Amino acid sequence: MIKIQSITKSFDDKLVLNDISGVFEKGKPNLIIGASGTGKSVLLKCIVGLVKPDIGQVFYDGRDFYAGDNELKTEIRREMGMLFQGGALFDSKNVLDNVKFPLDVLTSMKPDEKLDRVNFCLQRVGLENVNHKMPSEISGGMKKRVGIARAIVNNPNYLFCDEPNSGLDPQTSMLIDELIQDISEDFDITTIVVTHDMNSVMGIGEKIMFIYKGERLWEGTKNDITHSGVKELDDFVFANKVMNSLRGK
Amino acid sequence: MIKEIGKYFIFLGQMLVNRETFKTYYKLVLEECIAIGIGSVFLVALVATFMGAVTTVQTAYNMVSPLVPDYVISQVVREMVILELAPTIMALIFAGKIGSSMASGLGTMRITEQIDALEVMGINSISYLVMPKIIASVLMYPLLVIVAGVCALGGGYIVGALVGFITPEDYIYGIRASFNEFTITFALIKAAVFAFLVSSISSYKGYYTQGGSLEVGIASTQAVTTSVIAILLADYSLAQILLTND
Repeated sequence: MIKIQSITKSFDDKLVLNDISGVFEKGKPNLIIGASGTGKSVLLKCIVGLVKPDIGQVFYDGRDFYAGDNELKTEIRREMGMLFQGGALFDSKNVLDNVKFPLDVLTSMKPDEKLDRVNFCLQRVGLENVNHKMPSEISGGMKKRVGIARAIVNNPNYLFCDEPNSGLDPQTSMLIDELIQDISEDFDITTIVVTHDMNSVMGIGEKIMFIYKGERLWEGTKNDITHSGVKELDDFVFANKVMNSLRGK
Repeated sequence: MIKEIGKYFIFLGQMLVNRETFKTYYKLVLEECIAIGIGSVFLVALVATFMGAVTTVQTAYNMVSPLVPDYVISQVVREMVILELAPTIMALIFAGKIGSSMASGLGTMRITEQIDALEVMGINSISYLVMPKIIASVLMYPLLVIVAGVCALGGGYIVGALVGFITPEDYIYGIRASFNEFTITFALIKAAVFAFLVSSISSYKGYYTQGGSLEVGIASTQAVTTSVIAILLADYSLAQILLTND
């Protein structure tokens, strides 16, 4: 479980996040949604420690990330896996080496064990026979799946996904969503997904936090998102033509 | 400016905390040594050979007095090559080739979130990415300077013999006459300092790139410009410190 408390962040004089608190539960995808430029990705970066909030705390199963020393931060980070918007695969390494990388650097596993683990993770994300391809030789959807395989290879307790569907076709997006949901449930990990894709929201949105202009305006599930009574959320949800056509039904 | 220098020293300090295992760095340093050393040896040899040849021709052209023996030409070439041309001019080439490559490589890793990916894994990205580059540069650049020195003196020998400015015997005699071994030590000290400056400044510029591909290009250009200025300042400082007290 991840708990955030009063996260506030400004860049120069611009307030990007204002007093955001919340709890992200284990074993299911927790979604942070909102329009572009509302501060979702900054919030995610504050949670994983890539951007330090001006005020606020982040607790990983009770461990205060920002109050901890470097050792604690490293310990918590080694329990994290993250899927970046563009995949963030290492250009100079092939698929196998990309997925194996956390095991090479962070563990003392034997080469055979590493290979088994990498193959298991690649199979888990539905990729086979791509081990020796370079990131530039695979499609965007495959890159995301390799990114997920790399994120889960070291058995993380926390999985973070930043816009996992950006730039993907609807079918591949759905596959990635299902994969994230299955992995969260199967491995019982705390997953946070940042997205503005309503298909994802309606597909895997078991717990949703809506951010608007740097503030948390609403929290709930996909079942009550369409009748939240929050105007800004309605504007966001029904901006989608398909969703709009269902409005009032 | 002061803020930037402070940030640079903090960057260097962060390289030393929260390091990975020796085995990890050993492999990375070897990879960087191959990229920096083997990857640059042809260019260094080519430039140095022509540099030595041109220096010999120009020195011979200026030696008009019949009272000055021919072997002085190779003596002058030797001093110029060892003291300045091999370590310093090669450092400028090193900054252009390796420095810009380091800055653009790290800059690309930054804008494509590869550095963030390392950080999220709990890896100190500065230590993991930059330290091997600096160690490999400090190890390999002095070797490149030795190669450059040998090639430059060889280039002078070939052109002297071919064109007839100086006989091979006189050239070899001049190279060996009144030789001060400290000049080699001085050249190697300079080489190590320049390698450190080029690799650390270029890595710093690349590491803190923000924006997109345009900014990567800017970071790469800044890396070369700043490295060149640092090399020239260090060159003067080292000459002042090490040669005037000799």
